[in-house]
Amino acid sequence: MAVFEVVWKILLMALITYLCRVLTLVLVRKKIKSRFFRSLLEYLPYGVLTAMVFPAVLYSTSSFYSALVGMIVAIILSLFKRGLLTVALSATAAVFIVELIIRFA
Amino acid sequence: MRYKQGCKDGIPIMLGYLTVSFTFGVSCVAKGFKWWMPVFCSLTNFTGTGQFAGMDLIAAAGSVLELIATMLVINARYSLMAISLSQKLSPKTTLGQRLLIAFGLTDENYAVAMRRQCEVTFDYYLGVMTTSFSGWVLGTLLGALAGGILPDILLSAFGIALYGMFIAIVIPPCRSSKAVATVVLSAIALSCLFYYTPYLKNLSSGWAVIICGISSAVIGAIFFPVKDDENNAGDDNSNTESCDAESDNKNKGANLSSDDAENTCENTDIPAENQTYLNAENTQNTCENTQNTAIGTKAIPTEGDDNNGSL
Repeated sequence: MAVFEVVWKILLMALITYLCRVLTLVLVRKKIKSRFFRSLLEYLPYGVLTAMVFPAVLYSTSSFYSALVGMIVAIILSLFKRGLLTVALSATAAVFIVELIIRFA
Repeated sequence: MRYKQGCKDGIPIMLGYLTVSFTFGVSCVAKGFKWWMPVFCSLTNFTGTGQFAGMDLIAAAGSVLELIATMLVINARYSLMAISLSQKLSPKTTLGQRLLIAFGLTDENYAVAMRRQCEVTFDYYLGVMTTSFSGWVLGTLLGALAGGILPDILLSAFGIALYGMFIAIVIPPCRSSKAVATVVLSAIALSCLFYYTPYLKNLSSGWAVIICGISSAVIGAIFFPVKDDENNAGDDNSNTESCDAESDNKNKGANLSSDDAENTCENTDIPAENQTYLNAENTQNTCENTQNTAIGTKAIPTEGDDNNGSL
């Protein structure tokens, strides 16, 4: 990975993120009236986040099976409304255990 | 004084950020970035999901256009938060101060600011930003350094950590909100379609995420439009905090969360339910989006709970 490329791309990310924040903070003083648009902005994070996770999560570790187990653990714990960190660490632990088994079995 | 108060109010946020940014640091190093790259990213971006998605795209050598589009889609919610924050800011806030406040407009900082009954001053917001930003950067640094010394098998396992957090954000509200469940299930279906179907799978992952994310949100917006503003009218002031309460800190952390303090995910429940603290604010529907936005990045840290993760 070329250092220069990473740096300018990170700066580009920063610029866009900042623009999203600053433009309306400085310019707009009214609220958005369109119900559809408000709904869209409300659901967008859920949609984007979900699309980012599934099915990519299955390929996020060095083995499909460890990731599958990790994903199932995360979903089950989430359904029981465990906190973010608990879910993340449990999924990580599950992956770790499965990979140990795969490696040494 | 206001600055100090802001700093104090930012502490629960800082604790949540520490853990999340730590994971971000580790995962970046696992993807092959040098230790200082995620730190630089946290210093300049100060956002959760955006950084994760962006670094992913950089690692995967995605196109610049893809990077720009992804950032726009993920960060679109900030524009909406900025509109409502803008109305809450003290009229004395200068342009220069607004420019600085904009940098610290994260989901949690916004949520804390919107909880105040009085207008938000620049000093106060700067205080909140100071504490939370230090937590964000410090956590990234620690994670990035730890990533360098962890064995491979642990790094591989850590690859799933952020996904786990995202799952913990999107799944719990599905139980209580049909709208979110619909959006999430549509997104999963569409995303799998783009991942596994011939031809469609040739599209790079960044674009697929954008298309699937927007389409599923459109489906949600069509079938479950958010309620109108009057639903938000404050009927519960117990959670809000008046300006006079500046010296009274003991409940701060607890106030940050909804009643169900054992579970940060509660805070990401879809706002339509009107249960959580923000709705006590008689501002406008846009406030509700914080909870949602919690999604985008961070859930509100809860006191006395090791789960105060946020992104």
